[in-house]
Amino acid sequence: MTFRRQHLLGLEDLSRNEILHILDTARSFRQVLERPVKKVPSLRGVTVCLAFYEASTRTRLSFELAAKRLSADTMNFSSSGSSVQKGETLLDTIKNIQAMKVDMVVIRHSSSGAAHYLSRNVDAHVINAGDGFHEHPTQGLLDLYTMRDRFGNLDGVRVAIVGDIAHSRVARSNIWGLVKLGAEVTLVGPQTLMPAEIAKTGVKRVTNCLEEALETCQVVNVLRLQLERMTSGYLPSLREYARIFGVDTRRMEKAADKIMVMHPGPMNRGVEIDPAVADGPNSVILDQVTNGVAVRMAVLFLVWGGAPASEMGSEIALHK
Amino acid sequence: MSLKHKANIVNDEEMRRAIVRISHEIVERNRGVKDVGLIGIRRRGVPLAERIRDHIQSFEGLEVPVGTLDISLYRDDLQMLAAHPLVRPTEIPFAIDDRIIVLVDDVLYTGRTVRAALDAVMDFGRPRVIQLAVLVDRGHRELPIRADYVGKNVPTSRREVVKVKLKETDEHDGVDIEEMADEDPHGRGDISQIGGGAA
Repeated sequence: MTFRRQHLLGLEDLSRNEILHILDTARSFRQVLERPVKKVPSLRGVTVCLAFYEASTRTRLSFELAAKRLSADTMNFSSSGSSVQKGETLLDTIKNIQAMKVDMVVIRHSSSGAAHYLSRNVDAHVINAGDGFHEHPTQGLLDLYTMRDRFGNLDGVRVAIVGDIAHSRVARSNIWGLVKLGAEVTLVGPQTLMPAEIAKTGVKRVTNCLEEALETCQVVNVLRLQLERMTSGYLPSLREYARIFGVDTRRMEKAADKIMVMHPGPMNRGVEIDPAVADGPNSVILDQVTNGVAVRMAVLFLVWGGAPASEMGSEIALHK
Repeated sequence: MSLKHKANIVNDEEMRRAIVRISHEIVERNRGVKDVGLIGIRRRGVPLAERIRDHIQSFEGLEVPVGTLDISLYRDDLQMLAAHPLVRPTEIPFAIDDRIIVLVDDVLYTGRTVRAALDAVMDFGRPRVIQLAVLVDRGHRELPIRADYVGKNVPTSRREVVKVKLKETDEHDGVDIEEMADEDPHGRGDISQIGGGAA
C-alpha cells in the first residue's frame, strides 16, 4: 500500500485502503507519544503554517504539537488581528505566507471548499482543518482511530451520530470514513437538521428516536449543537433540544452496557451531553484528544512524503 | 530496470555458522551477556536478532532481551521515496540506559540506515555502548560507520544488489547477489539507500 496524496482535503475522495494506511501509521506515532523523548526528526527543516480563519482550541494546538513532535517549524496565523480585517483576500494572504517559503498549510475556514481552492492555487501541501459545513478530515480520522482502538475492525460496528448533522463537517467526515470502513451508521437528530443528501452517503438509517439508537449502537458520537443555529429558526429552544436529543444519565441507563461515548468538543455541557455522561466511565472524549495528535502526525508525515518523487526516487522504491 | 540473479554467496549452513560465530563473539567481547540487549532493525534484522538470542541462550543459559526498531521516522530521504512502507512500531521492552546495545541488521552498505538507527536508539535513553552486528558487509560506506561483528565481508560493485533471505521472511536462508540488467540512466545504482542494502 502506498500513500501518494499531496494534500488532505477530505475523506470523501480517499479509498478505504488510504484511510487504513493513515490509521496504521498513526498507531506508530501513538507509541512515539509514550516515549521519554516524544519527538522524531522526520520533518526537520519543513515549515508548517497554521492558518485559522475560525476559532479553534483543540485542532490548532493539536496540529501545532503534531508538527513540533515531527521537528517541523510552525507559524500561526489567525484572522482576528490580521490584515484579513483590512480586507485582504484568502488567496492574497496565503500567497504572501507562501512567499516566506512555507512548505505546508493547515487551513481552517468558514467557507466550504476553502482548502480545495487553496490546493489548486498555491504551491504547498494543504491540509484541511475544517471548511464550512463540508469536511473536517482529521477529526473524522481521529474518531475512526479511537473506535478502531476499541473494536479492531469497524466492519459491522454500529455507530450513532447525534445532533445537527446538516451543519456539521465532523459528521460528514465521520460518515464518509465510517461507511468506507464498513461500519453501520445511524443518524439521530431533528428533521430540520438532517441534510437532504444523506441517501447518497451509504448511511444505514436515520431516526429521531435517541433512545432506540442508544439501545442498539456500540458507539454514540455526540455533535456540538452550534448555538448560533437557535437564532436561525431550526430549533424551537435549547431546552427542548436537550430534552429530546441530550445524552443524559437517564438515557444511558437503557443504553448498551459498554457503549462508547464520543464528542469532538467543545461541549455544551447540559445541552447535547450531560456532564455526568461526558465525565463518566463510557466517555472516551479525552482519548480522542490524545489520539488526535498521533493522527495529525501521521497526516503531516504522509502528506509531506507524498510529494512527487524524482524519477530516480521511484525507480529506487520499485526495487526496494 | 530489472535485476538478474548472479550468484548465491552464502548457503543456509554457512549462514547458520556465521550467526553462531557472531553470537559467540558477542558473549566473548562483552565477557558474558549481563547488561546486553539486542535490537533488530526492521525488517530482517529482527529475526536475525532473535536467532542470536536463541544461540546465546543455548550456550550461556541466559535470555538476552530483544527489541525491534523501525527507522522510517529517522530517514534522511523521506521525499525521495516513491512508495512509503508503513511505519511500524518500535518496540524496545527493556530500559536501555547503561546497557550494552547490539544493533542487528542484515546488510551494511552506505551506513545511512545505521546512522538513523543510532539516532533512534538514543531517543530511548543513554546506552553504555552501542555495537553493530551485520550478516553481510558489502562496503561502499558513505558515513564513518563500521560493524563490530560481521558474518561475511562481500566486496561488491554499486550495480549489484545483495539480497539476504531468511526463513522467517522469505522461505529459505541464504544470501544472493543480483545485478541490475539495464544501464542505470542516472549513473547511480544506489538501491540500498532504501532499506539498508537488501530489504
